[in-house]
Amino acid sequence: MRNKDEYIFECEGIYKAFGGTQALADVQLHVKKGEVIALLGENGAGKSTLMKAVIGLHQPDAGTMTFEGKPYSAKGPVDAMKAGISMIHQELNPEPYLTIAESIFLNREDVHGGIFLDKKKQNQRAQEILDQFGFGYPATTVMGKLSLAQMQMVEIIKAVSCDARMIIMDEPTSSLDSEETEHLFATIRDLKSKGVAIIYISHRMDEIFEICDSVAVFRDGTYVGARSMEGVTRDELISMMVGRQVKNVFPKTDCEIGDVVFKVEGLTGKGFEDISFEVRAGEILGLTGLVGSGRSETMRAIFGLDPLEKGKMWLNGEEITIKNPRDAIKKGVCMVNEDRKNYGLCLFRSIRENISLPNLPAKQPGLLLNQSREKKECAEYAKLLTVKAGSIEHNAFSLSGGNQQKVVIAKWIMAGPKVLILDEPTRGVDVGAKSEIHTLMCQFAAKGMAVIMISSELPEVMGMSDRILVYHEGKLNGEVSREEVLSGAATQEVILAKEFGGK
Amino acid sequence: MAQKKEGKILGMERETFRQFMGKYGVSVVMVVMIIAIAVYNPRFISGANLVNVITQISINGMLAFGMCLCITIGGIDLTVGAQLALVGVIMGQTITNAGMPIVVGILIGVGVATLFGFINGFFIAKFNMFPFVVTLSMQLVIRGAAQVISGGKAITFGQAVKNMYYGKFLGIPYPVLVLLVVFVLMYIMFHWTKLGRYILAVGGNANAAVASGVSEFKIRVICHTLSGFLAGIGAVIMAAKTGSGQSNLGVGYETDAVAASVIGGTSFAGGIATMPGVLIGIFIVGFIYNGINMIGIDANWQSIIRGLVIIGTVMLDMAINGKSRK
Repeated sequence: MRNKDEYIFECEGIYKAFGGTQALADVQLHVKKGEVIALLGENGAGKSTLMKAVIGLHQPDAGTMTFEGKPYSAKGPVDAMKAGISMIHQELNPEPYLTIAESIFLNREDVHGGIFLDKKKQNQRAQEILDQFGFGYPATTVMGKLSLAQMQMVEIIKAVSCDARMIIMDEPTSSLDSEETEHLFATIRDLKSKGVAIIYISHRMDEIFEICDSVAVFRDGTYVGARSMEGVTRDELISMMVGRQVKNVFPKTDCEIGDVVFKVEGLTGKGFEDISFEVRAGEILGLTGLVGSGRSETMRAIFGLDPLEKGKMWLNGEEITIKNPRDAIKKGVCMVNEDRKNYGLCLFRSIRENISLPNLPAKQPGLLLNQSREKKECAEYAKLLTVKAGSIEHNAFSLSGGNQQKVVIAKWIMAGPKVLILDEPTRGVDVGAKSEIHTLMCQFAAKGMAVIMISSELPEVMGMSDRILVYHEGKLNGEVSREEVLSGAATQEVILAKEFGGK
Repeated sequence: MAQKKEGKILGMERETFRQFMGKYGVSVVMVVMIIAIAVYNPRFISGANLVNVITQISINGMLAFGMCLCITIGGIDLTVGAQLALVGVIMGQTITNAGMPIVVGILIGVGVATLFGFINGFFIAKFNMFPFVVTLSMQLVIRGAAQVISGGKAITFGQAVKNMYYGKFLGIPYPVLVLLVVFVLMYIMFHWTKLGRYILAVGGNANAAVASGVSEFKIRVICHTLSGFLAGIGAVIMAAKTGSGQSNLGVGYETDAVAASVIGGTSFAGGIATMPGVLIGIFIVGFIYNGINMIGIDANWQSIIRGLVIIGTVMLDMAINGKSRK
């Protein structure tokens, strides 16, 4: 029998669905008083969704939660904070013009006679708390002057000052340097000794080994299991995270791989460093890595959406420079962005207008648009991509996610690319459309296109790629060939270990 | 996103019906309005009155077509009223006071208005400033320039300038012809050229437009420059109509231009507009002014009625079109 009192927070049977996707299914979590528990899992395993359910940003569809022995539920972060649970988000959104004291006491200001703010008392109280933590700034400093690490510390101090008995930290070290990380860890140990429980979400294995007492592993929105960190190895954790079988559900066809079409050397920019690779005609090159590991950042820079600091690119043996997407399209480098709503479509314009947008300079050289030809051509490409719509005059908004994605791909195929970059081509797409998109990718490769596909879904990367490059913290960390995948030498464990920085 | 529900309305597929109403819904409003006013006073639909109305709305027409472009790219142009004043006093100084040929005076005036439009666009696009703030400030600069140039005095025009408003070609007043020509050119530009597509794309989703190779900078600058140019044309009509250039002319004209655009289906969220819609919006605004006189409502009530009719029309249109318009 487990001793119930040992646990400060427990939840069981948590379900949460968004539209048709089950984000959490029968998930549980047990957190002991004064422990640091790591949540581990691939992108999309359900860690953040569960934590958002705990602080009330999402309402679970089913399940029970108890906090300090009592049934618990929160309508929102303020509710959760009142109960004693705080979350430090990965992306901090401080009000840059508030002082540290105002920030700490936001929504619970000291007031005289119920109306006027008592700034003096508030600053004094804030200073006392700051001093306890050895925070070297006066409470009247404005937030905008602090570094990210310091703002994060203020958030933690705020949580503690609200008497939080459980603090959730989502990737707290993602923007800290090693010294700041050490300082954070010292704070975490201090909190732990005071009996505060910490839920620690991180992709960095080393940190988890250093700071955490136990670990709970998630996979595809389900709970795999929990165990103490004592005696566990990196490989054991990784195999808990994977477990999924790569079934041969991918329509990958082998086609003849030709000459090198596109080559990059030493690409460096924001979020990636010294990236070199080449991709051949007929080849599907898979890029994988954790979110934020620099995959999308590299591709955005190649396509001219973000600036490139250093590096060279060659297309068909000729060195090229790309300043903006227009350059890229003209040269034959096209990119299906992962963010379909922001970078893919004008949702309130017709399918026809969306497909022809990047192709007008090439296909419509005249002063006036030849609309009947435009209609014919767009209809042709919509049909090639099996877009299901009543008419190509309908708004993109009226389509399902899968069909919207096909419209985005159609517009780039119409551009006749030599290099086609697909960033998460099947995200938010139903199973049927997913398989259709995979088939189409193989067809494009067979026509001699060089295809680069980014995906966070390991089975997809392994099932579709001729070659896989793995990113780890902005750098390439290994390459896996299709032969290695097919022979079983490169398993999901092997690739995931590389994503986490292993060899 | 779920597929829209199946079902047919008036024998059309739902989505097709929605798009049909999106295009033509506002013309239903206009027809209802014409009938209602005509029932009160049949003289409203006499040829003479209609020609009179169309001549009057030509000024707001110029401003509204430009305004529509700026709203479509997610902005606004609040300088158009002040542009009317500036171009008027420039024409006064050049034509009346310096004795230059009328054509030269017009070219200089319209040229300056176009230049100010360009400056608006440049500030907005280059420094990523809010169009509201930029054009609100520039409006002060432009009206101030008009004051400086005119010395605060009205400059009157001779008959030759006034004839541009009252003169006719084949029985049609010149301003009506100008409105017609500008409408046709705007229609072709907006609906039949790449530029029109790019304007709609930048307004609909600037990131997606840039990722499709469109230059956001160029499109924003072009829209504001065109708005300045059209305001210049409107100012020439205004000068001919009033027979004088004054720095206090055209105050509040931007309101009617925005109203006509919005009634005509231009979405403030950007990326949705049609030129026939704006033309109908221009007519509806004109009919409100004229209709109030025709029905015999106290002129003091004009402003209130104008405001309510604009809100009513937009709400009615939204009800017809569902949520397609934000």
